[in-house]
Amino acid sequence: MSGATNVADRTAAPARKRLAVFKFASCDGCQLTLLDCEDEFLALTDAVQIVHFTEATRTSLPGPYDVALVEGSITTPEDAERIQRVRADSRFLVVLGACATAGGIQALRDFGDVREFTEAVYARPEYISTLARSTPIAAHVPVDFELRGCPIDRGQLLEVVTAYLAGRKPRIPDRGVCFECKARGTVCVTVADGTPCLGPVTHAGCGAICPAFRRGCYGCFGPARDPNTAAQIRLLRSQGESPEQITRVFRTFNAASAAFLAASSAQRPDTEEELHDAPA
Amino acid sequence: MTHQHDRTLRVGSLARVEGEGAMHIRLDGGGRVEQARLEIYEPPRFFEAFLRGRAHTEAPDITARVCGICPVAYQISACLAMEDACGVSVGGQLTELRRLLYCGEWIESHALHIHLLHAPDFLGYASGIEMARDHRGDVERGLEIKKVGNALMTLVGGRAIHPVNVRLGGFHRVPTRQELQRFVPELRRALELALETVVWVAGFDFPQATAHHRLLAVDAGDRYPVDGGSRIMTDADYGFRVDRFEDYVFERQVPHSTALYAELADGSTYLTGPLARYNLHSAKLSRHAATAARAAGLGAECRNPFRSIVVRAVETVYAIEESLRIIEDYEPPERPWVPVPAPPRAVRGVGVTEAPRGLLYHRYDLAADGTIAQARIVPPTAQNQAAIEAELCDLVEAHRDLDDLRLTELCEQAIRNHDPCISCSAHFLHLHLERT
Repeated sequence: MSGATNVADRTAAPARKRLAVFKFASCDGCQLTLLDCEDEFLALTDAVQIVHFTEATRTSLPGPYDVALVEGSITTPEDAERIQRVRADSRFLVVLGACATAGGIQALRDFGDVREFTEAVYARPEYISTLARSTPIAAHVPVDFELRGCPIDRGQLLEVVTAYLAGRKPRIPDRGVCFECKARGTVCVTVADGTPCLGPVTHAGCGAICPAFRRGCYGCFGPARDPNTAAQIRLLRSQGESPEQITRVFRTFNAASAAFLAASSAQRPDTEEELHDAPA
Repeated sequence: MTHQHDRTLRVGSLARVEGEGAMHIRLDGGGRVEQARLEIYEPPRFFEAFLRGRAHTEAPDITARVCGICPVAYQISACLAMEDACGVSVGGQLTELRRLLYCGEWIESHALHIHLLHAPDFLGYASGIEMARDHRGDVERGLEIKKVGNALMTLVGGRAIHPVNVRLGGFHRVPTRQELQRFVPELRRALELALETVVWVAGFDFPQATAHHRLLAVDAGDRYPVDGGSRIMTDADYGFRVDRFEDYVFERQVPHSTALYAELADGSTYLTGPLARYNLHSAKLSRHAATAARAAGLGAECRNPFRSIVVRAVETVYAIEESLRIIEDYEPPERPWVPVPAPPRAVRGVGVTEAPRGLLYHRYDLAADGTIAQARIVPPTAQNQAAIEAELCDLVEAHRDLDDLRLTELCEQAIRNHDPCISCSAHFLHLHLERT
């Protein structure tokens, strides 16, 4: 950009920040969360210029982008290339939700044979182009912030967007769901009802919704920082969960996250012996 | 004016639809459509493959992740199919609560589509955001209605996207009467706003078009179909039981799409969604919804797909009135769920509900250990894909004198008539029969 243009920019109204939203393999729920900010959406669109957001507008302007929000995981060769271009065009790259941060539910293909999966779903698998694994965005490009959840929380999304537009770090705690249960005064479903609950090892952010509905946490925000999954597994076993059930509990929307992958793999029959030492 | 050369209309990335699709239309030198395609390139996610081996209780939460726009549709269709497989009937207030949750999804999804995704086509804007500069009040009204739908889903389901409270047999926790009653003022306000929206959209200019396809919708007895039913109705002289769905509907795969095409056994294309529901069931609409429909100029039959936005607005009124009725009659059930144990033998179950954009079919085969042996899901947009393409052909031939830009815009608008949910359509497709 030339010096003359810079001077002209300064004398004009300050340019609005440019926000873009991109989708990869996903359910669209995390980007829908932006449209679910009903009270804030129009104010946001006044404050920033939405230059690319296919779900909401036909307008699509090229980069650079001040902030790019990316939903979804990488599952095709084309998308592996596309994310490189998005990264190159974006000052801050914020990835949204379990697909973008952990590979999502579609990472369950990692435990099977994707060719067999394709044949199971499509009669003409040769028309289908897909990768053997579903990978998070950070496996392909550097990421500035990972917002967790399946789906993400609306309040947290607003915090992250506001923070990057204001040039500060988002205030998103990485503690466990148990903390949120205590904060909202929910009776512990494990202690009171003996309900299996992943709260101790799951990342906070949802506001501990499930226990408030008398349901155990099912881990949709993925692992908390340094989760003690060994203790969690012992607890689940003591509640009567079978190794198969425990494997499935860790293999949902964040199955390919390191901590949950290790926990679910620890339940394989060949390693089960070690776990028999655990107090039942 | 006749174009002397071939024309191609192409939209590489369809906007204001859910998921990733493209449009490709080719006309020959005489202006006849050689090919009209709605191309779905959404990457496949293989739900049907990885559902195998999962516990029967997991289907509602896992299949919700097919679609962030209509997760309740997936959850309830999955519940109905599993309960059918296990020989359990839920009924009573638990079914009413499901319908209430589902109404929340209709309100949210319809309000989003009407105000932010579809209305900009009629008023000439690239988006609801741009439209808000000149029509701020209309967009704000839409967002307010949408918010009430989300609040209703949060109240009953715990959150609006991928609700946590649904389980086989009912809910983890049911609301008290007082919790629901507290929501009545918001719904009353939303009803007024939704009635304003019917008047607003009824005043749009609608291009001439006629949908000639068969129409399919769930038959829910004396009720407008939302949360399921045991039969499917058509506009021909037949209907069929839900468990005969795969005898009447066939799917085939085509190279240009990760979704499969559905068609009826006789090879005819069909349409599901608001137009089909309205044409087959308009007599069952609630009082305000029926009055609003008449005032908006909808007769007993409406075959113009461009007027689907009016039908959606009427259905929004219906979903709000229905929510008010359910809350008024609500008595908390004795227990939040009925047990749905898997029988110790191989069983099969089917479930069908009306997602905001159309009929959603689930079928599960369970192994004797209660895990899923096979899953099949037929989402609404896969069913509508062939009908949408047929409508594009008619539309392009009728308007071939328009320049490419205007004709392309008109085609995009026509696709949005059906609120396509492309993420859904790519994910669950399972070939049953291939025909060329």
